[in-house]
Amino acid sequence: MSETILLGTRKGTLLVDRDGGRWTPRPIAHAGMSISYAARDPRDGTIWAAMDHAHWGPKLSRSKDDGATWQHVTNLAYPKGARFIEQHLPTPGTNVERPTTYKDAALLKVWVLAFGGANEPGTIHAGTLPGGLFTSRDGGESWELNRALWNHESRGGDLFAGDATSRNQWGGTPAAVAYGEFVPGIHSIAVDPRDADRILVAVSCAGVLETRDGGKTWQGRNEGMLNDYLPNPRAEWGHDPHFVTHCPGAPDWVWQQNHTGVFCSRDRARTWTRVSNKDVAVHFGFPIAVDDRAGKTAWVVPLKGDDERMAVGGELFVARTTDGGETWKTFREGLPQNHAYDVIYRHALDARGDRVCFGTTTGNLYVSEDRGESWRCAGNNLPPIHSVRFA
Amino acid sequence: MAYVTFTRHLQRFFPSLADGEVPGATVRDVVDELERRHPGLRSFVVDETGRLRKHVNVFVGEEPIADRETLGDAIAPNAKLYILQALSGG
Repeated sequence: MSETILLGTRKGTLLVDRDGGRWTPRPIAHAGMSISYAARDPRDGTIWAAMDHAHWGPKLSRSKDDGATWQHVTNLAYPKGARFIEQHLPTPGTNVERPTTYKDAALLKVWVLAFGGANEPGTIHAGTLPGGLFTSRDGGESWELNRALWNHESRGGDLFAGDATSRNQWGGTPAAVAYGEFVPGIHSIAVDPRDADRILVAVSCAGVLETRDGGKTWQGRNEGMLNDYLPNPRAEWGHDPHFVTHCPGAPDWVWQQNHTGVFCSRDRARTWTRVSNKDVAVHFGFPIAVDDRAGKTAWVVPLKGDDERMAVGGELFVARTTDGGETWKTFREGLPQNHAYDVIYRHALDARGDRVCFGTTTGNLYVSEDRGESWRCAGNNLPPIHSVRFA
Repeated sequence: MAYVTFTRHLQRFFPSLADGEVPGATVRDVVDELERRHPGLRSFVVDETGRLRKHVNVFVGEEPIADRETLGDAIAPNAKLYILQALSGG
């Protein structure tokens, strides 16, 4: 079982070690820098952090000596000619038909990192704003934009070659607005452990796409999804996944915390079923974690949403299902039950073995050693936490 | 040729970075030469389209450069050039 938790925070990277039953942070790395995501490559132990530097632009940083020293990696960049169809935040009074305009892509943020299969050491994937999937085959020395996904018909076709040949279906995400843009982003990448050529990605705001040929072609995987904010809730596109992940030991089980509830697929995202239950306040939230082996077991940290996006009634709780979402149990022991204003971001919940942990925007880190049933606070004056991963 | 002064914040990423003379007829030439000397530095100053990053300022003398898109501002002989992070308030 993992003895270290890796945090990406608003003020740096924290490694939190378990020692004698207590979780203790090491001195902060990347002090003062916003880290949007941090994770350890299980194949070679390299720790990766996505620096979201306000002045100098997004960069990756990696440590090959367990966090003792770090090297920045500056070569993740959009190729010349990578364009996207410009979108505009809906603004009152400007509801007029605009001409299609294009913008040259520049990296705004590395939102998530995912590691390739056990049989492809050095393969790392990065999901970015604006809406890119990058892959490195050499341990991060060089990165290539996945052009099949970038040029997908759901976003206008091949804009390297010319003007749009289809309608753009990828909406912008509010997560981009902080950068002065309204663009889509890729925040979830799930590489099938049985076949690393089969990869799911989730896009805010469009939905889920899958490749089964190592990224050469992509298909939408949104059948059964329900977007309550569209005239046709079952539309092919326009869905708002907040996070998508799978069960490593049973990867046909894929889970999705969506803006419109919790969804589960038992056929590798071919079809989805909404399984959240408003009666027990399990509906809105950002992250979701799945058990290592039991595909029917998942955890969420619900928020009252989407009008408040805060702990429900000021009471922080975790919900777990062990039957594929048919029923949910909620757990509160060790979590604050009044005046809790914590928000848990999409990458800030993880599960490994019997341990579950999550971090919050108010700098609290909670760890459970009994599958989410009781919790201990492992730090409550930490910076706002963007990502939490067992390392 | 310009005498280039850097914010010390860049030394965190490029410890050997030091103020000094850098050849170039335009700001872009200077940034290209700096990239040759300190691989990766350009990506801290401009994005991949060549635009000056939103929260970075380059001054020639006491004037901010006019061409933030392509860094085409000409540099007079012995000009002083400053690469600084922008103060964006707060």
